[in-house]
Amino acid sequence: MNIVVCVKYVPDAQSDRTFNEDNTTDRDNVDGLLSELDEYAVEAALKIVEAGEGEVTVVTVGPDQAADAVKKALQMGADKAVHVSDDAIHGSDAVATSLVLAEAIKKIGSPDLVLTGLASTDGTMSVVPAMLAERLGLPQVTQVSTLEVEGGTVKGRRDGDVASESLEAQLPALVSVTDQINEPRYPSFKGIMAAKKKPVETWSLADLGVDAGQVGLDAAWTKVESFAARPPREQGEIVTDEGDGGTKLAEFLVAQKFV
Amino acid sequence: MAEVLVLVDHTAGQVKKTTAELLTIARTLGTPSAVFVGSDVEAARPRLAQFGAEKVYVIDNADVDNYLVAPLAEALQAVVQQASPAAVLLPSTPHNKEAAARLAIKTESGLITDAVAVEAGDAGATATQSVFAGSYTVKSTVTKGAPIITVKPNVVPPSASQAGATVVPVDVQVSDAAKGAKITAREEKQKSGRPELTEAAIVVSGGRGTGGDFSPVETFADTLGAAVGASRAAVDAGWYPHSSQVGQTGKQVSPQLYVAAGISGAIQHRAGMQTSKTIVAINKDEEAPIFELVDFGVVGDLFTVLPQATDAVKQARS
Repeated sequence: MNIVVCVKYVPDAQSDRTFNEDNTTDRDNVDGLLSELDEYAVEAALKIVEAGEGEVTVVTVGPDQAADAVKKALQMGADKAVHVSDDAIHGSDAVATSLVLAEAIKKIGSPDLVLTGLASTDGTMSVVPAMLAERLGLPQVTQVSTLEVEGGTVKGRRDGDVASESLEAQLPALVSVTDQINEPRYPSFKGIMAAKKKPVETWSLADLGVDAGQVGLDAAWTKVESFAARPPREQGEIVTDEGDGGTKLAEFLVAQKFV
Repeated sequence: MAEVLVLVDHTAGQVKKTTAELLTIARTLGTPSAVFVGSDVEAARPRLAQFGAEKVYVIDNADVDNYLVAPLAEALQAVVQQASPAAVLLPSTPHNKEAAARLAIKTESGLITDAVAVEAGDAGATATQSVFAGSYTVKSTVTKGAPIITVKPNVVPPSASQAGATVVPVDVQVSDAAKGAKITAREEKQKSGRPELTEAAIVVSGGRGTGGDFSPVETFADTLGAAVGASRAAVDAGWYPHSSQVGQTGKQVSPQLYVAAGISGAIQHRAGMQTSKTIVAINKDEEAPIFELVDFGVVGDLFTVLPQATDAVKQARS
């Protein structure tokens, strides 16, 4: 069982995230880390391999610092990593990112399973997994909160708004997992030491045979025209309950015509 | 004027409010056409006509419902090829976003998700998104193909405009490749009788401070006709179902009024509710970060504040 897990290096949500002058996400002046939601995909891959056999390869697309994201995955227990890095990728939209990822996955080999998180915590579009499945011609079993791989079949459960669905596909398949699926492990000291010896390949667009004109800001199919910081909220009225907090709350709601 | 396609969100032909909202937006961009997937189009037609759909493309093919995402993308591709639309609008649901993603690749069209506004502009449809946990708004356009835009609920008030809603059947042959992922079982969720979380005008959410007892939260919500939400902490503790989770990895809500009870307001929760119009919080901890967001806050115990507020609201009504 060969599993490829796609991970992303994202600006820390706890810090002040902002944009560059060219309307792209500022990734240089903010601390970055492995997207929290990708840890669930790494954990799911490790569990599958530990229960049988196989290898977990993590792949990321991003600037030099993105190597930190794959390092964390290797510390958790992934076997090897691929980091696609090329200046021409700067400003790529989801469509171009999925192209680069798809070509990287083809070059890695033909995995039995491609695993991703639910969404990245920066763009939060949740569309790259479906785009990857489309490009790779794989069935997609997405946003599942359970995952079973047995005898060439993958099964999972998706909890939607109106219904829970049981999903099934033959391998090879693409699977995205939610944060309900498991509890990602912390890297152990042994894992941190072992990760230092694990292979990390760095590939450029040329290594993948992707034309630089297909990616980056100028080739994006969507264009951010402008961005604006949300105006700070005016300080609201805060009262301390002295036996009449509920009454005061109701008075506010009446005054605002919610009652 | 070019057609603007709107994917209809419905249950057995009962058209949801989000569809009326999307048809309202579509009328500002071109001539609205509904895309209906299912066998109950006659039940849906009056409402689609009422909100201005000139045409209703109908895809009546069981394969689209029985398999996951890929057949819907193929069906939408067939309609796009037939209509050459100026834009394609879909309600922002996880399923629709993924179908839109595949459609974008198939039709070589740019994709914008979770729009909170869509306007006609010089460069075609311009979509506004709220990003980075609601701390920024960005305006984007599509530079290639027909803009595919998924739109969040409650972004415009639906306005009626009678049209013909002429039914146009579309014959879709779902490819074998698209049948790779199938739905083997489906279990409908129990109806709570409350409005749906993402569509509700008022949401009352409970968090760690409930200690697992959501009854004051539910009672207050019912008094206001509100949906009930929960923080991740409450969901992880097993106190409330995951489908009610508001936050970065749960539902993104943007109601007229959001009431946070016993929720501290971690960034992940704020990402899911920060764009609410009016925010109210009740928390014992006066240092809780949620108070930075509120229009009205009560530092106090939700178990005394909420029941009192419930009674006071009832009294104000009578």
